[in-house]
Amino acid sequence: MSTRRFAADVATLARKDLRLELRARDTLPAMLLFVVSALVVFHFAVPDTSSRLASNGLLWVAIVFTALLGLGRAFVPEREHGVLDGLVLAPCDRSAIWLGKGLAALAFLAAAEAIALPAFALFFSGIGGGTVAGVALADLGICLVGSFVAAMSVASRARELILPLLFLPLAIPIVIGGVGASVASGPGRYLAFLALYDAVFAILCWASFEYVVTE
Amino acid sequence: MIRAAGLGKRYGAKRVFDRLDFELERGDFLVVTGPNGSGKTTLLRLVAGLAAPTTGELEVAVERAQLGFVGHEPLVYRELTALENLDLYGRLYRVPERRERIGMLLERFGLWDARGQRAASFSRGMLQRLALCRAFLHEPELYVLDEPFTGLDDEGAELLDRELAERRPRGTFLVATHDSARLEPLATGRLAFA
Amino acid sequence: MSAFGLMAASVVLIFFVVPDDADQGFSQRIFYFHVPIALTSYVCFGWGAWKALLHLWKRARGADLESYVAIHLGVIFGALTLLTGSIWAKISWGHWWVWSENQLVLFLVLFLFYCAYFMLRFSVEDGPARANLCAVYALFGVVLIPVSFLAIRLAQHIIHPVVFTAHGPRVHGVMLLTFCVSWAAMLALFATLYHVELAGKRLDSRLRELRELLA
Repeated sequence: MSTRRFAADVATLARKDLRLELRARDTLPAMLLFVVSALVVFHFAVPDTSSRLASNGLLWVAIVFTALLGLGRAFVPEREHGVLDGLVLAPCDRSAIWLGKGLAALAFLAAAEAIALPAFALFFSGIGGGTVAGVALADLGICLVGSFVAAMSVASRARELILPLLFLPLAIPIVIGGVGASVASGPGRYLAFLALYDAVFAILCWASFEYVVTE
Repeated sequence: MIRAAGLGKRYGAKRVFDRLDFELERGDFLVVTGPNGSGKTTLLRLVAGLAAPTTGELEVAVERAQLGFVGHEPLVYRELTALENLDLYGRLYRVPERRERIGMLLERFGLWDARGQRAASFSRGMLQRLALCRAFLHEPELYVLDEPFTGLDDEGAELLDRELAERRPRGTFLVATHDSARLEPLATGRLAFA
Repeated sequence: MSAFGLMAASVVLIFFVVPDDADQGFSQRIFYFHVPIALTSYVCFGWGAWKALLHLWKRARGADLESYVAIHLGVIFGALTLLTGSIWAKISWGHWWVWSENQLVLFLVLFLFYCAYFMLRFSVEDGPARANLCAVYALFGVVLIPVSFLAIRLAQHIIHPVVFTAHGPRVHGVMLLTFCVSWAAMLALFATLYHVELAGKRLDSRLRELRELLA
């Protein structure tokens, strides 16, 4: 399967997901509202956020759970009426399904963060370059691994219950990397770690997605 | 084109069928009959590659790009229009002259006027017609159709009859149905499930 | 049977032969249980991942069951690791849990991950789909081990006292012998339990098949 065809298939599928969201207009507004509400809850839950470590930590919690909210809805159109079968039947590489969905999720998460980061700067403390770079790299990891795990949970009876359980242990390294990039004086090490995480898990996801959707 | 030897499928404890042997040569038209729950759908899903056999061997000598499948579900996105759905599949199947082909199929199945409507607003019959458009769009070599007449009104059924007759010379067919009389003139073989 | 012998030998060594640790006294002996149990846990998860790979790659029959049993035992040993680790923490630092112990934190993350494995397994219908999903998740787990370890290290800047350092083991003489015997005993225990549980599950599955055929 040539790279150009793969890229074209990924683009087709990602475009389809963006179009579906634009039409339904439910997931993205929910994520925006959720992330701001969460930040407000955090202010009351942890009033003493004078420490940068504490407040940045809350930012990352907000990001991870907002992402989970979006990811929970990611495969709903495919789950309904078994539409996933239609994609599995197609001659495209099955991994294109995962990557297309992941990139669409990334777009939504980035849109949510475009609101979340300024809100955070407003409510808590300023955002540095390290934080932004960390967010960018972490988003990639969250969305790639998240969409993979979301596809796994399609087959499960427990549906949206199982997604956070499968995802959170895998997200712990991302949170560590992200918080490190936000607060450490030398974020380079943490950014490099996030890049490593992204690379390793992207390869693993790409290689094994075939088995998630076929018998 | 298709060779099954000792084919069996089990879902957990439930055995759907066992020790099935059959062959399908290029140009054949095999009609699969049997009561509900006898395993017709399972067999067709196995051939299409949507499920894996539990026992035995199944050889299907066509690539995914050459296979057209219609199942119990129309496999279309409800929130996309008919046109958008077919465009999606057209791209994934790399259909040449995509726009023209889509337009032609929509016409032939009487969906041209409804092309800009969301599939969610379609009736059951229209959804089935759209499913048939989806399956026929890429001019497959092997047609795997699970009760394709379900939900079609008289007009729709006639349209499908016409399509099948036209594609008959160029394709190989595996069709499950309750209405075997209708497909009698086309059939070259019969497979009855108990 | 040899497992029994090894276990007996290791218990004797641990309780009677090894001299008291200079700092921590008699109760330090929990170390001889804790670390071998932890290492055996890693072996379980690794074995489970290997069987998972065989299932996906070579379509090996029965590999799914073997993978499941290995991971099942891995979780049991993992729980014991957390338990003995907690006891050791109480002895060494006076608290039942410390975040500064990398190994312990790593095990907590892995424990959560593999518990999610069970949730996944029990929420999907038995069949090739479930086998595939579990196998893929098992592979994710084994990749998560080094990645998490790296992450946790980054998070702490504290290095867990490594038993076998580059300069040679800090444990020597009788202590080393005891440690090795204990580890061998744990591995033998794993192997025994593994074969017993596998035999039992295979018997179950065979019985079900026969019952099915008769029906």
